Amino acid sequence: MAVGNPNRAKAERGIVRWIDDRFPLTQMWQDHMSKYYASKNLNFWYVFGVLSLLVLVNQILTGIWLTMSYEPSAEGAFASVEYIMRDVEMGWIIRYMHSSGASAFFIVVYLHMFRGLMYGSYQKPRELIWLFGMAIYLTLMAEGFFGYLLPWGQMSYWGAQVILSLAGAIPVVGEDLVQWIRGDYLISGITLNRFFSLHVIALPIVIMALVLLHILALHDVGSNNPDGIEIDKDKDENGVPVDGVAFWPYHVVKDLVAIGIFLTVFCLVIFFFPEGGGYFIEKPNYEPANSLKTPEHIAPVWYFTPYYSMLRAITFSLFGLDAKFLGVVTMGGAIAILFVVPWLDRSPVKSMRYKGWMSRTALAVFVVSFIVLGYLGTIATTEGRTQAAQLFTLLYFLYFILMPFYTRIEATKPVPSRVVES
Amino acid sequence: MKKLFLISLILMMPMFAQASGGPSIKLDTMEADASDKSSLQRGMQTYVNYCLGCHTAQYQRYIRAAEDLHIPEDLVMEHLIFSDQKIGDQMTSAMDPKLAAQWFGATPPDLTNEINLRGTDWVYTYLRSFYADESRPYGVNNVVYPAVGMPNVLADLQGIQTKTCGEVTQLDDHGAAVIDSLTGEAITEQSCELLSVAEGSGTMTPAQFDAAMYDLTNFMAYMSKPYKSDSQRIGLWAILFCLMMTVLFYFLKKEFWRDVH
Repeated sequence: MAVGNPNRAKAERGIVRWIDDRFPLTQMWQDHMSKYYASKNLNFWYVFGVLSLLVLVNQILTGIWLTMSYEPSAEGAFASVEYIMRDVEMGWIIRYMHSSGASAFFIVVYLHMFRGLMYGSYQKPRELIWLFGMAIYLTLMAEGFFGYLLPWGQMSYWGAQVILSLAGAIPVVGEDLVQWIRGDYLISGITLNRFFSLHVIALPIVIMALVLLHILALHDVGSNNPDGIEIDKDKDENGVPVDGVAFWPYHVVKDLVAIGIFLTVFCLVIFFFPEGGGYFIEKPNYEPANSLKTPEHIAPVWYFTPYYSMLRAITFSLFGLDAKFLGVVTMGGAIAILFVVPWLDRSPVKSMRYKGWMSRTALAVFVVSFIVLGYLGTIATTEGRTQAAQLFTLLYFLYFILMPFYTRIEATKPVPSRVVES
Repeated sequence: MKKLFLISLILMMPMFAQASGGPSIKLDTMEADASDKSSLQRGMQTYVNYCLGCHTAQYQRYIRAAEDLHIPEDLVMEHLIFSDQKIGDQMTSAMDPKLAAQWFGATPPDLTNEINLRGTDWVYTYLRSFYADESRPYGVNNVVYPAVGMPNVLADLQGIQTKTCGEVTQLDDHGAAVIDSLTGEAITEQSCELLSVAEGSGTMTPAQFDAAMYDLTNFMAYMSKPYKSDSQRIGLWAILFCLMMTVLFYFLKKEFWRDVH
């Protein structure tokens, strides 16, 4: 504490010190920025976390402005979106930022998850980071689903109809459950209003809370790296990891480059290809929802299609359970199994760099299966396509189910003691 | 890892190849041109005179079209608004939708988003594909939209179009001409799906009518995305700005990371 005139000394310490006496501002800045050390060899794959955060901010800001002009009613929803697109000043940019942002969110999240699988970022001691991340993914899917109904176009309506009817496949309680969710005997303005509430209030709060937990858990154990080496094991005399560099300013300026590239591509999409070739905004959605007219071909938005493919792939009944219910179970299982990955991987090494050929092949097969299933989910079924979907669904699950075996028996490469510069 | 991605891509190739394939009817190509203001103006004139009676464009305001298409407001009021509507109003129709459903079998759809829904090729081809068919209530049918409820309101411009027979070039599944491998010439076949207009039956020649339909489709394309030219103009600057920032960030990163390693 200062000697002499205490008031004067206090003023000199400045506003930061004033706050620090009441709130751990400097402490937080150091813990999360200036003295948070992450490996210096983080590569391209490590930018998708910060990009997810950027897209989240984009979704929240554009969402706030869209809500100012959107009307959540069956009579007015479609027209209010057209009003935003045509009459609201710059409304079309805000709307396209939001609709393309939704797809961008899933693109960066999928790449972020792939990075985790590739470099074993879920392994001890990062299991909780993975679980929080998976919870974010799950909530994000719900957020996307609720949001997709809001434009009240044909695909909004019938896509929601298909997905909601899945709950109806649950034996005994199914139909009552669907009616409870819809709040009506068919999807109506009541459904639209509750989806709106969940989309703009409930789930964004949950997502933001989970993101906070995700980052707090990460900053407690430290970031993984492409070598899967714990950099905290090797510290210099000041207690700084020798392979680590501070998040501020080093990783921040590095992330800025990624943000610049991302925004360039994002602008290209929102200004020149806002419909993403019919994948980001589907054509039938230019027609207002009509409960009496089913579109020829209903496909959910692309980020749900891998699971939609699995649902359609189950065409047979088993143990007295009907195909639709089994399909729903398969879909749910495909997402649920991702949660337990930290306990399925028995490898002594984290990174794919030091795992054996079996892990590498398995990951490649998994990625191909996911993309092929995603593609199959966007097109109409034929017998051949259903068989393909069945095959790739099987491969998708085999990646996880066989993981405890191939990660244990394969020969791994020795992990170096220091990170490898790329 | 790079090798893995390459292998994955190659593995997926057949899936993407399977995706190609077109609609069953060959559509004529129509590239909209938002910069051709006179075409858009003529298109709007045709829309207001021939379409708006039944088909609303309820999300499009007259004043917005006047601004975007460079038509003075007084001219719009004088020549393009026939009812007691104001310049700031949306392009709606006075027709009762319930009566319209009785007359045509279905209420004529709003067309503000028609191009977003079906594309320029479809609309351009559809407008030119009506033909006389006595079996239909209004005496006309459409090749692109069989058994359509809409009468050919453009008949006085186009004239009477009928289906006739003749030789046509044989096309393969991808819409390309089938070539005789011996002679090197395209193979022809007999078809009775050809459309021809009785000469002198309309006020326009076929070429004039095609041009008018191009303008109409062009206007409808404008209506479907009135912000498109703004988007392309702003987009270019936005991308340029982002690129400049990226370069700046790159050198910033390089400078900071000089003292790592």
